[in-house]
Amino acid sequence: MSRYIARRLLIMIPLLFGITLLSFAVIHLAPGSPTDLQTDLNPKASIEAKERLRALYDLDKPFHVQYFLWLKKILVLDLGTSFSPDRRPVSGKILERLPVTISINLLSMVLIFAAAIPIGVLSAVRQNSLFDKITGVFVFIGFAMPTFWLALLLMILFGIHLGWLPISGIRSINHEYLPLVDSWIDLAKHLILPVLLSAFGGLAGLSRYMRSNMLEVIRQDYITTARAKGLSETTVICRHALRNALLPVITILGLSVPGLIGGSVIFETIFAIPGMGQLFYMSAMARDYPVIMGILLIGAVLTLLGNLLADISYALADPRIRVSR
Amino acid sequence: MGKGTGQGLWTDFRRRFSRNRLALAGSVVVLLLFLVSFLAPVIAPHDPGAIDLGKVLSPPSGDHLLGTDQLGRDVLSRMIWGSRISLKVGFVATGIAIVIGTLLGALSGYYGGFVDGLIMRLVDVMLCFPTFFLILAVIAFLEPSIWNIMAIIGLTGWMGITRLVRADFITLREREFVQAARVIGAGDLRIILVHMLPNAMASVLVAATLGIAGAILTESALSFLGIGVQPPTPSWGNMLTAGKDNIDIAWWLSVFPGLAILVTVLGFNLLGEGIRDSLDPRLRGRD
Repeated sequence: MSRYIARRLLIMIPLLFGITLLSFAVIHLAPGSPTDLQTDLNPKASIEAKERLRALYDLDKPFHVQYFLWLKKILVLDLGTSFSPDRRPVSGKILERLPVTISINLLSMVLIFAAAIPIGVLSAVRQNSLFDKITGVFVFIGFAMPTFWLALLLMILFGIHLGWLPISGIRSINHEYLPLVDSWIDLAKHLILPVLLSAFGGLAGLSRYMRSNMLEVIRQDYITTARAKGLSETTVICRHALRNALLPVITILGLSVPGLIGGSVIFETIFAIPGMGQLFYMSAMARDYPVIMGILLIGAVLTLLGNLLADISYALADPRIRVSR
Repeated sequence: MGKGTGQGLWTDFRRRFSRNRLALAGSVVVLLLFLVSFLAPVIAPHDPGAIDLGKVLSPPSGDHLLGTDQLGRDVLSRMIWGSRISLKVGFVATGIAIVIGTLLGALSGYYGGFVDGLIMRLVDVMLCFPTFFLILAVIAFLEPSIWNIMAIIGLTGWMGITRLVRADFITLREREFVQAARVIGAGDLRIILVHMLPNAMASVLVAATLGIAGAILTESALSFLGIGVQPPTPSWGNMLTAGKDNIDIAWWLSVFPGLAILVTVLGFNLLGEGIRDSLDPRLRGRD
């Protein structure tokens, strides 16, 4: 098993290398320079000043030199300094925002699994029942739903019309003066809509996937055997079928990471949540190279870790994987 | 594949497709959408760009069926014109993704070995990025325009198609008719283009239809964030931005353009799934 994990970790190294090279190329070969934004609106900025600014950021050097300079710093875990006026280290900027994004994503992942697995199992066990048909419609709508539109609708309904939930930020202005319990309730109220929304797309996908796995499994011979020896239907479904149908779902866990992280840009912007997605959006608008690179790198690392975790748990659950690969 | 069985496949396909009510509903939606965007100048009740500051944010009424926006422009007319943007982006972006995906998938599956390894590693690397981040990173550096949007959505959306085509090619490579073509001396290019590619087109067609839906969703999200199609050009996404800005006073600005996106994407999804189920009924109900 440890050899399997070691091999998986080794594969990650060239992948990470490719990721950094590609994102660096995409950002640096695109037309426009981060210094444009700082100098275009300033009529006093002379050509020499622009050149000095470019030299300050190493932007005057050839592409490969810039890349190796960046890579050298990454090897000692230094993501560089932000181009924005605050000149803070990129790692600090990202670290203070990472927990919010990760906790919202984790919460929504828990929600996805808690809801999608029972839905998928039930609609498979009662194939073509009313429940199956209703969830089928829900799944189709879920696939086609623009999340940001659903966000707007829910904001109108719960935030404005009913006034139950706040529609921006993760804390009320007066949260520091609230008693501890109220402060937690305040946080929870702010998180309900973002978590629900980031779970929505994944929910549709996973329940559909769970349903088709389950349908496949309950047609297997060992399920017939379990029924034939007189086990109750609940035991057959929960103990014999569910376990096997859950196996491929583990992989989905890893694969859903990039989608969740990517989605955070949208709902963090809509709900004004100070997370990584919002930071990425603002940095992209300001052409803040080091921050963009830092977040792309962290997003990719999280994705790779998600895949690794999925592979390992899959191998733990299914011995055939360990042996054959 | 002989001519006779090809004919049978097509008849089979039509029979199954016409029995699939959801697929038919999807095709109706897509057809209507084409009609609306084609006839936009005729059927739009107002000029989509006509500003009327006397009628700012007026709710749906007889004259303005779906209300007006923050500049007094007719929402319905802007939605009708916006359908052109969605279709254009959907088709062009998917077209780009198909060309790249099919090409790389064919090379990868046909040649195998080093070429395959290289292309598949590229796919792995591309799949590691949260796609939306990558799109955002590029868009931020380019002028936000409809052409850039199409290009970038296409350039970040080909990986799935590559995998599909590669898988098809790996199985096709061993089939007798391909071996036969090789035996009679057909070159690689001829085998790929004439003998193998047509047999891989079924899965590409399905992926393309679903891809159009995805591209339309991505475009609307980008336009909503203000980095896609720029006002005053009407797109469903940038209309929703106005909806968000006036969320507490003008619900109609938020509701209708989003509904258009939902119905359109739903239509393409149903059509795509319908085509897949009709091409190969064994795949029904799978993802």
